[in-house]
Amino acid sequence: MARRKLLLTAVLLFTAFAAGAHWPEAATQNTQHSPPSDHWAYNAPVRPALPEVKDKGWIANPIDRFILARLEKEKLLPSPAADRATLLRRLSLDLIGLPPSPEEIDGFLRDTSARAVEKQIDRLLASPHYGERWGRLWLDAARYADSDGYEKDKSRQVWFYRDWVISAFNEDKPYDKFIIEQIAGDLLPDATQQQHVATGFLRNSMINEEGGVDPEQFRMEAMFDRMDAIGKSVLGLTIQCAQCHNHKYDPLRHDEYYRLFAFLNNSHEAQTAVYTPEEEMKRSEIFRRTREIEAELQHRTPDWEARISAWEEDIKHNRIEWKILRPEVNDISTGGSRYLPMPDASFLAQGYAPTKHRVKFVARTDEPRITGFRLELLTDPNLPLGGPGRSVFGLGALTEFEVESAPADAPDKITKHKIVRATADFEQEARPLEAIFDDRSNRRRSVGPVAFAIDGVDETAWGVDAGPGRRNQPREAVFTLDRPIENTAKSGLILNIYLKQNHGGWNSDDNQNNNLGRVRLSLTLAPDPIADPVPAAVRALIDKPRDKRTPAEQQAIFRYWRTTVAEWKDANARIDALWREHPEGASQLVLFEREEMRSTHLLRRGDFLRPDKQVAPGVPAYLHPMPDGAPPNRLGFARWLVDRRSPTTARTVVNRIWQSYFGTGLVSTPEDFGRQGEQPSHPELLDWLAVELMERGWSLKHIHRLIAGSAAYGQSSRISPELLRRDPDNRLIARGPRLRVEAEIVRDIALAASGLLNAKVGGPSVFPPSPEFLYLPPTSYGPKIWREEKGEDRYRRAIYTFRYRSVPYPVLQVFDAPAADVSCVRRARSNTPLQALVALNETLFLESARALAWRTVREGGATNASRLNYAFRRVLARIPAPEEVNELLGLWQRQRARFISGEANPWNLAVNEPDRAAPLPKGVRMEDVAAWTAVARVLLNLDEAITKE
Amino acid sequence: MSRPKSVPAKSHSTEAVNRRWFLEQCGVGLGAAALHHLLAQQGYAATPAQDRPLAPRVPHFAPKAKNVIFLFMAGAPSHLELFDYKPQLAKFDGTLPPADLLKGYRAAFINPNSTLLGPKFKFSKYGQSGAELSELLPHTSRIVDRISIVKSMTTDAFNHAPGQLMMNTGSMIFGRPSMGSWAIYGLGSEAEDLPAFVVFSTGSKGPSGGNSCWGSGFLPTVYQGVQFRNVGDPVLYLSNPRGVDETLQRDSLDSIAKLNRMRMSKAGDPEIATRINSYEMAFRMQRSAPELLDISKEPRHILDMYGAEPGKPSFANTVLMARRLVENGVRFVQIYHEAWDQHGALVRDLTKNCKDTDQACAALVEDLAQRGLLEDTLVIWGGEFGRTPMVQGGNDGRDHHPNAFTMWLAGGGIKPGQTIGETDDLGFNVARDRIHVHDLHATILHLLGFDHEKLTYRFQGRDFRLTDVHGSVVDELLA
Repeated sequence: MARRKLLLTAVLLFTAFAAGAHWPEAATQNTQHSPPSDHWAYNAPVRPALPEVKDKGWIANPIDRFILARLEKEKLLPSPAADRATLLRRLSLDLIGLPPSPEEIDGFLRDTSARAVEKQIDRLLASPHYGERWGRLWLDAARYADSDGYEKDKSRQVWFYRDWVISAFNEDKPYDKFIIEQIAGDLLPDATQQQHVATGFLRNSMINEEGGVDPEQFRMEAMFDRMDAIGKSVLGLTIQCAQCHNHKYDPLRHDEYYRLFAFLNNSHEAQTAVYTPEEEMKRSEIFRRTREIEAELQHRTPDWEARISAWEEDIKHNRIEWKILRPEVNDISTGGSRYLPMPDASFLAQGYAPTKHRVKFVARTDEPRITGFRLELLTDPNLPLGGPGRSVFGLGALTEFEVESAPADAPDKITKHKIVRATADFEQEARPLEAIFDDRSNRRRSVGPVAFAIDGVDETAWGVDAGPGRRNQPREAVFTLDRPIENTAKSGLILNIYLKQNHGGWNSDDNQNNNLGRVRLSLTLAPDPIADPVPAAVRALIDKPRDKRTPAEQQAIFRYWRTTVAEWKDANARIDALWREHPEGASQLVLFEREEMRSTHLLRRGDFLRPDKQVAPGVPAYLHPMPDGAPPNRLGFARWLVDRRSPTTARTVVNRIWQSYFGTGLVSTPEDFGRQGEQPSHPELLDWLAVELMERGWSLKHIHRLIAGSAAYGQSSRISPELLRRDPDNRLIARGPRLRVEAEIVRDIALAASGLLNAKVGGPSVFPPSPEFLYLPPTSYGPKIWREEKGEDRYRRAIYTFRYRSVPYPVLQVFDAPAADVSCVRRARSNTPLQALVALNETLFLESARALAWRTVREGGATNASRLNYAFRRVLARIPAPEEVNELLGLWQRQRARFISGEANPWNLAVNEPDRAAPLPKGVRMEDVAAWTAVARVLLNLDEAITKE
Repeated sequence: MSRPKSVPAKSHSTEAVNRRWFLEQCGVGLGAAALHHLLAQQGYAATPAQDRPLAPRVPHFAPKAKNVIFLFMAGAPSHLELFDYKPQLAKFDGTLPPADLLKGYRAAFINPNSTLLGPKFKFSKYGQSGAELSELLPHTSRIVDRISIVKSMTTDAFNHAPGQLMMNTGSMIFGRPSMGSWAIYGLGSEAEDLPAFVVFSTGSKGPSGGNSCWGSGFLPTVYQGVQFRNVGDPVLYLSNPRGVDETLQRDSLDSIAKLNRMRMSKAGDPEIATRINSYEMAFRMQRSAPELLDISKEPRHILDMYGAEPGKPSFANTVLMARRLVENGVRFVQIYHEAWDQHGALVRDLTKNCKDTDQACAALVEDLAQRGLLEDTLVIWGGEFGRTPMVQGGNDGRDHHPNAFTMWLAGGGIKPGQTIGETDDLGFNVARDRIHVHDLHATILHLLGFDHEKLTYRFQGRDFRLTDVHGSVVDELLA
């Protein structure tokens, strides 16, 4: 066996060389190579001349010249134009992902103007559904999902990012801005909420919070994932190949990978509160009215500044000296989470979050006489909503605070110390624990004042919730000992401090923890210590000389001080009442830049445990340089990505747009424009489109107008035997595209054709019907939440379907929607029996067939012929051919006869809830509706129904 | 690397294209455009035909195994209580492990410097091979002369999701194809109306790696595993919905087929033929799958052999279903039994888990043997890693341990009746014949007829393999 391993090494080396590998060169090499130009994609695109063509009459716009020139060279003729109904369905599916309504088709057929097609394109590009259709493709690249991925795969709130993408497309945000905001929106001057939300792009990486993980390991995995996502989606380059060694094919060196990495490696993994426009208005109103009341107080109290000064003097003195402890954490006691020691002697809880645990801190001390302890709950950008806790509110609850001591040389001789009093800078009113923390024990659990942390009762805990808008603040509690701890042992003392945190819920595989997030412990020798009622932030401002304070800082001091003024009780109560109206809002994963630069090292073999030399942020030598003076941070990097000189950025995005229209990109490897990528089928067209995009203000809608308005796109998709033989993949575009639509559109067509579709844009993700067992063990790792929508959200577009990564929504999965575990810029397009089972038997497909049947008998006229025509057009846009009419009406008659004869029960087929009466239109029998349901189901299952022709 | 485009049809009239496609279609289809992709990217001899991605194919050399049943003991069973008896561990129970052993060691939950925990169960030697097994495995001890026990497995991951991904895809990160997908990609399917790669989950929860454990990664999605249930409808949406009876379903499918054919004659797209075929297969699957998974048709003595009780979902029932699937041409079956994460309650839970699984695992090997199926069916038993020789908690738990663990294999070209590899005195590190997960993968592919270095797929400009740049075939395992 040992010999085998030796052999293996040899074989490996051989394999590497055989594959043309350049094994990691000494990463210390720092030779600057000049930009190579031998590979087409490394040179920035230049607008090519339009080629000459013979058949000028065919040309609708410049795209057609490139296509036709190639066809003429290949001695192929373009196909005739598609018939108008088919063209409108194609345009509609391509631009908004929904089929046209019969009214829209009629309108188009009636419009004989030369601009008829153009008008339709404009109409569709102006539709809010355009953003849903094209945003969804970007979400593939952004590996968007509503859960965090590994094992527990807990749900996360990121739909604000999804909606940001949709609206960015709808408002035709220039593509360069679109990228800059997603990479570094938080670093833009006066960044708006929406620009912060955009950084969710990078935060869509998965997070492993299974028990016992090393958070740094999975932070690094997330970093690699971000690099991969940027490489695939923005650059169209396989940069992740250089994670372990120099790129084997492209001139990207191992150290250059980590120099790019360094741009991204300086962020907090943050989660921030976000508000809808309505909620923002409410917030502004609260802020405004608070300021008004405060102004009124100041106005009414001319000497307020003198009073506040006196108060400042007064409180400067009553401060206790605290000695900060640097304890160790007992590993077993953390319940699988990690308490990471921070430079300020605090501990940040990361990784797995158990719903119940009692963490033990062990500290050595030589202090002679300890009278009390202070527990600080600190905020941190890496905690939910900034902390100070780890719950979904960014809060936590302290069930019990306990202290023991023992002589250092006899650690088993433990004395437990009684705490006689607990004080805190925030006393919450006692109230029952929130429902999300229900532990199914049927005990009455509550949170309340800090005294709850020393009452010896497991059901009560100190809570720190000051309500929405004001809750994510640092807090402190002080625990006064009954009798001081006398340190008589020569060896010094060991202190065991326990923070019991038992106020989480029953399911540790869900977001039910109620833990403290960042804690710091101190002790004091002062007699009878109590908590400082003045918040630490206010203390810090008071310590500043008055003339150095900004007006906002002075106002912040005032804001606290006014709460201490007894005669302002009413005004304070009015302000509190205002804040109680503050909206809860939602949350969004974002990036915040760290103040202190995190050092980045080259990682040998990509292993975070094997760091090598330190690297500084920088860009690869073979790509365009950073502009002079660009900041060496994410913002500089983001701007570099969309620099006009970038050789791949514009080409990558126009190529993917082309791919969506025609099934294959001009470069068939959209994720790889490097040496291993495929040569473009129409290199000049690719460059022309890329330059056109940049010169037209990076407007994607402009590119859509060009492609959708071209004669090439408008061709019939009929495949002649000759074309099938010559060009089965339609790379030459001698015909229009004929492709099965993407998973989401498969679903949306059924909903739209049946009239069930709820066209609402945006909002939290929804839960259409899905088999319950999928979300329960043993199919799912832990029990997941899937509350089937019974109301109007049942029929939302598929982009809004909640996406668990570990349990993908089956309807979308079976039609090749990606699972969002990695960035995806090219979907598979399979054709399987499982798809047939879904389209035939799945709940919403059947409900769509029923709805279409009811609509047909109500609105499709009085004759079978008109009804069939109506249903057929709703699904397929065109008018049925006579043999199709015969077939479908034959089915209708055969099945109707079975219902009438009693062989089958029409209610079961025609009605979602057979025991609920459904009013029938005049002259229509339930047997008719049932037979129409059978016909509608067949229509929705036709190849053509889920195909863009 | 690019190959000439294949020409899907040479016919001169659309009708002929139509007919020809019907004749040629025999499996589940894949879009013609997507297939071109696939074809252009093949880097090995057994190229799936463009129009038939699941058609049976000939591998690099004559395979020993045609089928695989992987009994995935998710959560990571303790090798120290089941297969790898360590008297020294018993002797040093309650003491700290040697410091140099722990250098650079990372544990999930415990401080690595925790006391050692002696084995909790008795071991004896069994069979002619004299394999040493725990008292918890009375049934497996009966089949030791039919299996190869590997005591020297090792992996890179010490958390469940990455560990399970490693064992299934050869990588700790998401996005790589699973070994089942690689197998189907290489071999195609022999099942007419069943998926080629079927997955069950029977434990107390689903696997930590989720769907990615059987995902197709960057391979075409037709190669991904299809999750079956051991209760109710075996496949999602298999039953006709309320209001749709057999006659209506057939009548509807006939209409769909006729209308699709009409469209095909107009549009000329061979993809429509694939669609027609998919619908026919779906209809056949509706009939055959429930029948196939109905174990009540099995004779009493077979049910008793497995400990299976029809109608009561269990691991035993599922193992029996796996046998029936393999008999009917399903190539790759995985059963995830996620139950083995004994951080605590080691004694109680191991006893229960073995009671739930031991009999059926042994029965599967014996049953396959008596049917003559064992010789071309590879049976694999094991989890994603092992457990620490050090204690977790009081004295009844063990933490995750990647350095050493035990698996067993049987049938399909595996040499029976042997134990391979050895760990050190504490069961901490591999002492002899280290077999990494990559080596296991290389060996599995070898048994299926593949050179693991040549079964590749071009993605993002690189030829990927299940074993990445690692792995070598473990000759000692081969019969």
